[in-house]
Amino acid sequence: MFDIGLGHYLTLGAIIFTIGIIGIFLNRKNIIVILMSIELILLAVNINLVSFSIYLNDLTGQIFTLFILTVAAAEAAIGLAIIVIYYRNSGTIRVQEINKLKG
Amino acid sequence: MIIHSIFFYIFSIIAVFSAIMVTVSRNTVHSVFFLILDFISISCLFIMIGAEFIGMIMLIVYVGAVAVLFLFVVMMFNVSQQNNEQLREKKNFNHIPIGLLISTVIFFELIIVAGGWKYKPELLKSFSSIGIDSSTTNTHEIGNVLYTDYIHVFQLSGMILLVAMIGAIVLTFRKREGIKRQSYFKQISRERNEAVELVDVEKNKGVNVDV
Repeated sequence: MFDIGLGHYLTLGAIIFTIGIIGIFLNRKNIIVILMSIELILLAVNINLVSFSIYLNDLTGQIFTLFILTVAAAEAAIGLAIIVIYYRNSGTIRVQEINKLKG
Repeated sequence: MIIHSIFFYIFSIIAVFSAIMVTVSRNTVHSVFFLILDFISISCLFIMIGAEFIGMIMLIVYVGAVAVLFLFVVMMFNVSQQNNEQLREKKNFNHIPIGLLISTVIFFELIIVAGGWKYKPELLKSFSSIGIDSSTTNTHEIGNVLYTDYIHVFQLSGMILLVAMIGAIVLTFRKREGIKRQSYFKQISRERNEAVELVDVEKNKGVNVDV
């Protein structure tokens, strides 16, 4: 319990990943919260990579964390741009009213 | 070691709590703030575990750029009006059991993987690894590896950022009617015979300039 190892960090990553997935599923408010849940999922992946990198004494995990950070920033920018033009065209960003594709 | 575990539990409890608050809080601005709190506590964990550069970069990129971007976009929309609309409609809870079911299945799969990866320790020895040299700083080491072994991937990530920037500008760009703007092509392609007109002025009549 008081000896923090790799398993603790992996469990923390798993918990945050699951919270992100729950946020995607249960969200009925607006699409921005879904984007934030995706950021949480990427954060959980970063936790896993960094903790493996430290505990296995291998630097590659931290390098890949940098690349995931880059992709997360790009994804947030593109996603928010899409949300902005969707709001401009349809006047709403609520999840229940975005049903043009009838999915 | 006890200090390390105490700080780990503090930061991870704050992180899990704020991650839950991101998904359940009614006000979107509050969830952005909880997202910031989550990023800060996770980067504290990274700094504590020994990956200082990643922790600091996470503070700069996530808190300084991504969260502020989220905050700007949230403030562009009329969030309070949407909350009122949400209160009026009747609730629909059909999606909650299936969502919770899938999430718990994913969680237990992740826990099984996290508990079971150590059953094959000889697999890890077979990879060629870049060891962490504790005589230099973390930033120095990452620089040594990132600009030599991973230079092509590094440049590809730069291309990803460029494409994201151009894509965001192209997506949100909007041509508005009735706004005077500069047209370089029209300016450069002006010629003398269509810009200047010589008029013979009659005496005591003047010229009509509103052509």
